[in-house]
Amino acid sequence: MTDIVATDRPPEGAAEKVADFRPSLIVGEHSLCPGCGEPVALRILLETLQELEIVQRSIGVVGHGCYGSFVRIMDVDVLQCLHGRAPACATGIKRVRPDAAVFTLQGDGDMVNEGLAEVIHAAARGENITCILLNNGVFGDTGGQQTATTVLGQRTKTSLEGRDPAHHGYPIRIADIVSGLEGVGYVARGTVGTPRDVARAKRMIREALESQLAGEGFSLVEILTMCPTGWFVGAPQGPDYMEQSMAREYAPGELRARSAPRGA
Amino acid sequence: MSDHPPDAGLELLEGSTAIARSAITAGCRFFAGYPMSPFTSLLESMARLLPDSGGVCINAESEIEGVNMALGASAAGARAATGSCGQGIALMQEAIAETALNETPLVIFNMARNQQDYFQCTRGGGWGDYRTLTLAPKDIPEAVKHTQLLFHLADAYRIPTILYGDPLIAQTRIGVRIERLDLPQLPAKDWALDGSRGGTGHSRQVWTWAMGKTTEPGPGPDRHWQAIAEKFERVAAAEQRYESFRVADADTVVVAFGSAAKFTAHVVEELRAGGYRIGHFRPVTLWPFPGEALARATAGARNVLVFELNAGQMIDDVRQHAADRSAVRAIGGVSIHESGLSYGPLLDVPVIRERILAGMSGEPRTGTPVHDLARSLL
Repeated sequence: MTDIVATDRPPEGAAEKVADFRPSLIVGEHSLCPGCGEPVALRILLETLQELEIVQRSIGVVGHGCYGSFVRIMDVDVLQCLHGRAPACATGIKRVRPDAAVFTLQGDGDMVNEGLAEVIHAAARGENITCILLNNGVFGDTGGQQTATTVLGQRTKTSLEGRDPAHHGYPIRIADIVSGLEGVGYVARGTVGTPRDVARAKRMIREALESQLAGEGFSLVEILTMCPTGWFVGAPQGPDYMEQSMAREYAPGELRARSAPRGA
Repeated sequence: MSDHPPDAGLELLEGSTAIARSAITAGCRFFAGYPMSPFTSLLESMARLLPDSGGVCINAESEIEGVNMALGASAAGARAATGSCGQGIALMQEAIAETALNETPLVIFNMARNQQDYFQCTRGGGWGDYRTLTLAPKDIPEAVKHTQLLFHLADAYRIPTILYGDPLIAQTRIGVRIERLDLPQLPAKDWALDGSRGGTGHSRQVWTWAMGKTTEPGPGPDRHWQAIAEKFERVAAAEQRYESFRVADADTVVVAFGSAAKFTAHVVEELRAGGYRIGHFRPVTLWPFPGEALARATAGARNVLVFELNAGQMIDDVRQHAADRSAVRAIGGVSIHESGLSYGPLLDVPVIRERILAGMSGEPRTGTPVHDLARSLL
């Protein structure tokens, strides 16, 4: 029997952690803001590497954004590369180590602004790598400026009255563009706003990595992630805000399913 | 017919092919590039030759992608290279600096159109405290040797290295022998990413900031970048290379690099034969610049004549190191072929001879008049 904890006075002893659900591949605390969706995406990615039993042949290529700090807490081999260039670096790695499971971790500023050419060329070459896009529609690391994926009407520090297509142009749906290219094995878009969405996004990551392991070509999983700090909303409002703004522009779902029969 | 029997050990090869074969002999297994004359023929040679050697050559969609592909391949432990001419290497500067700071070895072939990339090669255009070790071969046989040396030095120090070639080296043919250089064995690349340590608490990281993982913290940017700077000081002290001749009693020393030095050396020998007290100094490494050797070579010289096919770039280094900087004068200049793709009329023996003689004015003319000299050499 557990003693009943009195709640009418402060606890007498120090608090004690009784369980840790953190995956073993995450070896430290992340330093991102409350309500951020990126650590959730990292978690499901690393859990998937473990479930597929490919940890010891996985190599990650991480771009520049808030998630860049993950290179300190992910217990897998990592190249921290230049802004936008992760698909090119991953290409070099995969071509000389074809048995490795090579993935990139990039934000929208990294992949869709700075590195648009790299991701499209890697996809069209059919590079057998998996790119993970963490799309929050804002430059989070620099404090909330407009990116190429910022949705119309969204206020950022560089679109104070909201993104106006007459002045700022339109957002780029990179997953849609990539899914139309030959050489692509799998493309999907998920979110991490609710537990159900997290589970779906994790299945997408698994499909993408399995596609790579089967040699089916380029795979991309775009994950919409909450950035309450960059959106200037409270942390608890992040998932609802994402549902009402980004998820309308970027509909979740599989954009290009694997053509090979699963488990065949 | 030639009086000399053909040397059975020599093959008639275009410079680019010879360099590609030398790179493969050195163990290069990854190459990525974007066509640009005169680099194009090296890319074509790599595309033709690398696959049969178990390597990979990728048609990079841009110079930026090419250099980052090579960086990735190098981070995974392969001997990797890229290249272009100066115009394309301008696009690669960010990644070249990155390889210096994250310590991924990389060889860059600057098959340049002319000598206007001296500053680009020796100063670089990326951010941070880094240098690029640059070898400037005088001809194709030397370029073949330099290629292997550059892969070795890139790995030995974990730095970017540059071969500064030109159209004469890339696109002309000569009888050449591709042999493996006898270079010291290097330790295995235990830093290279292969995934094998994932989940052990000792997974690897290649990162310019070198902060390491929470389980095994790295030095961080302050100490890491200090260590990088100290490493380049060691490279600067250990890797200076040069070639000089007839400088011991020289009143005049001509300084030139790359293919141009082959022309100037010819003229200097000619003038020496005619009785002029003239010598020649060629930096083989442009960075590190062989400054102390230049100071010794110019110790007795009243004229230090710098011949380079640009508006005056190497002359900065010559002025910094010459025994008497007031003796240093430029006798080269910008000289571009009308196509824009190669050298102009200044790279020619009679023109160079004239400029050297003009640069020596004031010196007692004890030698044979040059027109007689030229005739006597025929």
